[in-house]
Amino acid sequence: MISPVTGEQPPLVALRDVSKRFASRMDLASRIAARVGAGPAQQVVRALDSVSLEVKQGEVLGLVGESGCGKSTLGRIVARILEPTSGERFWRGAPYSAFDGRSQRAERLAIQMIFQDPFASLNPRLRIVDVIGEAPVVHGLIGREDREAYVADLMARVGLDASTAKRFPHQFSGGQRSRIGIARALAVQPQFLVCDEAVAALDVSIQAQVLNLFIRLREELSLTYLFISHDLGVVRHLSDRVAIMYLGRVVELATAGEVFARPNHPYTQALLAEIPTIEPRKRAFQPIRGEIPSPLSPPPGCHFHPRCPHSTERCRREQPAFREVAPGHFSACHLNDTK
Amino acid sequence: MSAEPLLQVEGLRTHFFTKAGVVKAVDDVSFSVARGKVMGLVGESGSGKSMTGYSIVGLVDSPGRIVGGRILFDGVDLATLDPVAWRAIRGKRIAMIFQDPMMTLNPVLRVDTQIVEAVLAHAGVSRESALARAREALVRVGIASPDERLRAYPHQFSGGMRQRVAIAIALVNQPDLIIADEPTTALDVTIQGQILFEMQKICAESRTALIWITHDLSVVAGLADTVCVMYAGRVVETGRVSEVLGQPLHPYTRGLIDSVPSRNRRGEPLRQIPGMTPSLLGMGEGCAFRERCPAASAACASSPGVAELARGRFVRCFHPVGEPMAAASP
Repeated sequence: MISPVTGEQPPLVALRDVSKRFASRMDLASRIAARVGAGPAQQVVRALDSVSLEVKQGEVLGLVGESGCGKSTLGRIVARILEPTSGERFWRGAPYSAFDGRSQRAERLAIQMIFQDPFASLNPRLRIVDVIGEAPVVHGLIGREDREAYVADLMARVGLDASTAKRFPHQFSGGQRSRIGIARALAVQPQFLVCDEAVAALDVSIQAQVLNLFIRLREELSLTYLFISHDLGVVRHLSDRVAIMYLGRVVELATAGEVFARPNHPYTQALLAEIPTIEPRKRAFQPIRGEIPSPLSPPPGCHFHPRCPHSTERCRREQPAFREVAPGHFSACHLNDTK
Repeated sequence: MSAEPLLQVEGLRTHFFTKAGVVKAVDDVSFSVARGKVMGLVGESGSGKSMTGYSIVGLVDSPGRIVGGRILFDGVDLATLDPVAWRAIRGKRIAMIFQDPMMTLNPVLRVDTQIVEAVLAHAGVSRESALARAREALVRVGIASPDERLRAYPHQFSGGMRQRVAIAIALVNQPDLIIADEPTTALDVTIQGQILFEMQKICAESRTALIWITHDLSVVAGLADTVCVMYAGRVVETGRVSEVLGQPLHPYTRGLIDSVPSRNRRGEPLRQIPGMTPSLLGMGEGCAFRERCPAASAACASSPGVAELARGRFVRCFHPVGEPMAAASP
């Protein structure tokens, strides 16, 4: 679908004002208590707070944040594992709801997810040939009789020995299991992969191997990635653009080079200062103070203000707008108005 | 700096006698740590780094057992101690911090009970002064409103705060040596930064020696004075941090450093170490790294000994990396 006005291709995936709230279900007694004002009010976690984001065809968008910032929720919403509470999602310019019918199965399969834990995300009672080969058969991409050849092909592609296809997950190491998870996602011929901390559980030397696999697959299969990680070094290496999240909001977005060279948001600056680097120098660690507030009761105004060294009265009151501070560089901070 | 190191480990061997065979989890490990110094013990999973730490505090469970070597702590060989003598040292003079603070903390006891218990186990003081020490320990690890926090249960703390409590328990008896087993691995970067900051300060102030066990070279780079790299149960390289990271001698250390993303050009394939870590079960003769090593030769089929190539620089390799590494562009 080409936009008639600009002639530009729409982004592969776009989110517009997507919010996600998780509310605990209240039983009858607590509902009545809440109604008369006696019990605690319903607890609502605001995992995502009006996030808008675009992922362009062929790029790697790195999504960085600390635990509880909503980055995994965002990935799951993109991959259709979760439904947003409000807001819209688009695939190649068309809303996700357009792909609900039976005939649009290929579009629904186009986004696949790779999970963090290579141990928990594989069924321990299925052989690898079934783990990888089940989905393409069920979805009619290949015939049952072609399954073994198809799986062997995929295993070779991700660097696994195809003669091990009859083994069970526990017979593989962590790095090999990651490769199995990748092969399973590739089995339905996706165009877009959501990688949620896909290398976090791996040892350093194995992590490099799996990252190299991601780089190679992207070129061979012209894939697009949403690469979610807390590891800034990994994200910097792999990504074209980087989005930084804090407590349910995207606070900064720019090309990887720009974010690391000229971080705009105080949170990004603090985060970059915290990355331990391998360059051998003894240094005094200068921590940013405080902890991430609970998403049950996020602070008003800018979510980062209780920890921010530059916070002002305005930051406590008013949520900063997410706006362009340099070409292609977006940030949500009031400081940009006074500069 | 005192000439005599506080802890000197010589030829330590901890083996596990399983049905499937002998697992040499720690095999001929030697290093030393001086008072007030930080040593990084680096290795991947299964390299024996945690088991080395457990051996020093005497926490090796059956079917594992220390089968050789000496652990000289302030002149006493810990490996020969009986369990009663061990208990007098563990928690008092040597403390351990685990990766998961819930391994240290009892979920059904309040924090004050747990810290006071640690004090009373080793010091003949009243409950009141034990409580005062507990409060002081919480302040030292940077916990705000300690009086309130003392009366809380572990589940009321965040992950980073729990780890601070575990560190407070380790500190409360003012140990001479702290062994920290990946205490910040499960934490966020900003929280990790805070805890590294506290530990660095505490060790410098109280001249406590610290062994920091980790898989993360970059943590060691900023924190430690010396580093000891382990692979498959053996120490492959030791030396000052700046020297080991700046000019690694063992091909494994060099491979690890080369595979760090910041040492590579953005977007290019990372330089990787081929293959995977070998199983420790039935490990044969020879250098354990030779299958993955670019410099391996026929000589590597027999085990290389430890050689001191420069002052304080020990390496276990027949073919140490010769030329200095090109400094990475910032």
